[in-house]
Amino acid sequence: MAVQTAETAPSAAQAADAGSAVAHAFKDAFVTGLIALGLLGPLIGFETIIIDGALGLGYRPSLLAIMVGIIFAGRLLLNLTIWSPNRRPRTRTGPTVFDRAGVAVGPVVKPALLAFAATFPFIASYTLGGWNESRYLIDLGILILTYVMLGWGLNIVVGLAGLLDLGYVAFYAVGAYTYALLATSAPVNGFFAGLLGETFWANWAFWICLPVAGLFAGLWGMILGFPVLRLRGDYLAIVTLAFGEIIRLVLINWVDFTGGGAGIASIPRATFFGVPFTRDENGFAALFGLEFNPMHRIVFLYFVILALALITAFATVRLRKLPVGRAWEALREDEIACRSLGINTTNVKLSAFATGAMFGGFAGCFFAVRAGFVSPESFTFDVSAMILAIVVLGGMGSQVGVAVAAAVMMGGMEMLRNLGFLKQVFGNDFDPSLYRMLIFGFAMVAIMVWKPRGLVSTRDPTIFLKERKAVSGDLVKEGHG
Amino acid sequence: MSDTLTVTPPATAPLAPRSDEPMLSVRGVKTFYGNIMALKGVDVDVYKGEIVTLIGSNGAGKSTLMMTIFGQPRPREGTIVYEGRDITKVPTHEIAQLKIAQSPEGRRIFPRMTVFENLQMGAAVDGFAHFDEDLQKVFTLFPRLKERITQRGGTLSGGEQQMLAIGRALMSRPRLLMLDEPSLGLAPLIVRQIFDAIRELNRTEGLTVFLVEQNAFHALKLAHRGYVLVNGLVTLSGQGKELLERPEVRAAYLEGGAH
Repeated sequence: MAVQTAETAPSAAQAADAGSAVAHAFKDAFVTGLIALGLLGPLIGFETIIIDGALGLGYRPSLLAIMVGIIFAGRLLLNLTIWSPNRRPRTRTGPTVFDRAGVAVGPVVKPALLAFAATFPFIASYTLGGWNESRYLIDLGILILTYVMLGWGLNIVVGLAGLLDLGYVAFYAVGAYTYALLATSAPVNGFFAGLLGETFWANWAFWICLPVAGLFAGLWGMILGFPVLRLRGDYLAIVTLAFGEIIRLVLINWVDFTGGGAGIASIPRATFFGVPFTRDENGFAALFGLEFNPMHRIVFLYFVILALALITAFATVRLRKLPVGRAWEALREDEIACRSLGINTTNVKLSAFATGAMFGGFAGCFFAVRAGFVSPESFTFDVSAMILAIVVLGGMGSQVGVAVAAAVMMGGMEMLRNLGFLKQVFGNDFDPSLYRMLIFGFAMVAIMVWKPRGLVSTRDPTIFLKERKAVSGDLVKEGHG
Repeated sequence: MSDTLTVTPPATAPLAPRSDEPMLSVRGVKTFYGNIMALKGVDVDVYKGEIVTLIGSNGAGKSTLMMTIFGQPRPREGTIVYEGRDITKVPTHEIAQLKIAQSPEGRRIFPRMTVFENLQMGAAVDGFAHFDEDLQKVFTLFPRLKERITQRGGTLSGGEQQMLAIGRALMSRPRLLMLDEPSLGLAPLIVRQIFDAIRELNRTEGLTVFLVEQNAFHALKLAHRGYVLVNGLVTLSGQGKELLERPEVRAAYLEGGAH
């Protein structure tokens, strides 16, 4: 409609239209500002303060004015640009600038990201002038990579097999507690001490427990899988959510076994394949003729999680090309069609749950060895929600998208801790870290508005890179890209 | 065929040579949706090398019969025997592994997977042993699919999706091909293409076809034998051309009848 009037109307009428449009825009923004004033007046305009030991009321007119001003200006700007009636709506449905940019940089993104990830500790240490100075950044890198790995693991269940799992943190917990319990267990230590020497278990516990934790988590994935075989969508989400909570509550309440809410402390540290990162002559530094530095262990952990994450990605890529991976994707699309093609959907579902859970277990084992301490507090629903958000925002089924989303979400959360400059805008009382979750929520809404199928919505880029046919997610049903 | 239910005299000998035992034999099948009886004791036989069609109006139970043969839902009474084996209680995916292929109603292709990936899924039962050979065969039958090989299934037109559904079913090297309303929502030209392909498969490969259709005219012209299903009961059966001549069939399905 708007297009037609804009095209057919004479230019004089168009100018008049434009004039009234501006007037209307101002009027609309003014009304919005009034509404904002009414709403924010009590919410922001007043604050409770302590006056002489009693509770009193303070006033914040300047902050209120700033907020209302932002809303007025923002609304006006939107009215004059995106919502303007004279603006010709985009009718072109072909590839956008971003799509074309994606095609151009697509092939180099993966190697570039990989190279950056592989050299990141050295870059950080070089630019910040030493290992100890770069500890914060490398720790952040480890955190991001942990979530990248968890995202890739959950991606198998949610992105490929289409089974909405809200309890993924349960497998993370199973992996972490498997390592924590086995590594601190006196009988196991005693058994290996008698067999292979006093320090054997302390030095090798992580490397032996890593596969065990993965297998154990995979087993729990199957245990979860059986009762939910008949469920899909919302119902599956609720049951998996409950499963995640059950695991956490068992960890809290089974005090004899898990240590309860106090958790398990002094878990053996990671070793360089049996060589501990200690100061003495048997340590890593002495063996390689380096000066002892506690950062060696941190950097080593960084590469361990990088390797684990890459194994997850590699396994996913390989599995997708195998019949089982194809079956996962077909299961997501149409379960009945799958069955009528002779695919045993029971096995396919269980294998998806087990494989996804296994990678969650690996990540959990890594978490335990990095932190040296596990408690049920680390495995709340928030973690599941965060991992799921990473998978959805990254674009379900997309490897690079999930990695980018993990970096943006975890890195972004950290960045929001350091928004000191906002104090100059809002005054010294303003604490940006309090607004962290608000900004975070806005960012998620924004991504879902402009990229409803995730940051990387083309699931299988090789298809159009060879053929130059950009079949983007936009062409398929919403929420199915 | 049950005597009590058949209004017509028993079917005359089919055109195709038949052995004594039917390939697929449905006997007294009753299927329920909750308390509603959708199939009220259906008898259908399909012999090797035949094209058999099942026609009927909306809600007659055509698709229900097709899905019941595949065990979804399972019949409450009656038996289904395929190549001498009772498959009434066999799990759906194992029925498919017995080389019965199905192109279900509404096509049910995998929309986000490419044409190639869809065809791969069809070959899973066969273990990919003859994948390249079968792929060429499908492409010869439906050259359009070859042009669309890297496109996602959901972006194909309706006719192409139907071709893909049939092609996917053929990739499993079936001995019995079951098609549920392949003409649904397609242009007459495409319908003819698809029916020609079915006839071609039957003639050259001797493929047995069980065809569920609402498009009675095309289906009966194509089929050796036909069954008419009304409200969960087989009311008529006979040779395709014979049924086409019958006034009650013409009235009900071909000349804008009451249904």
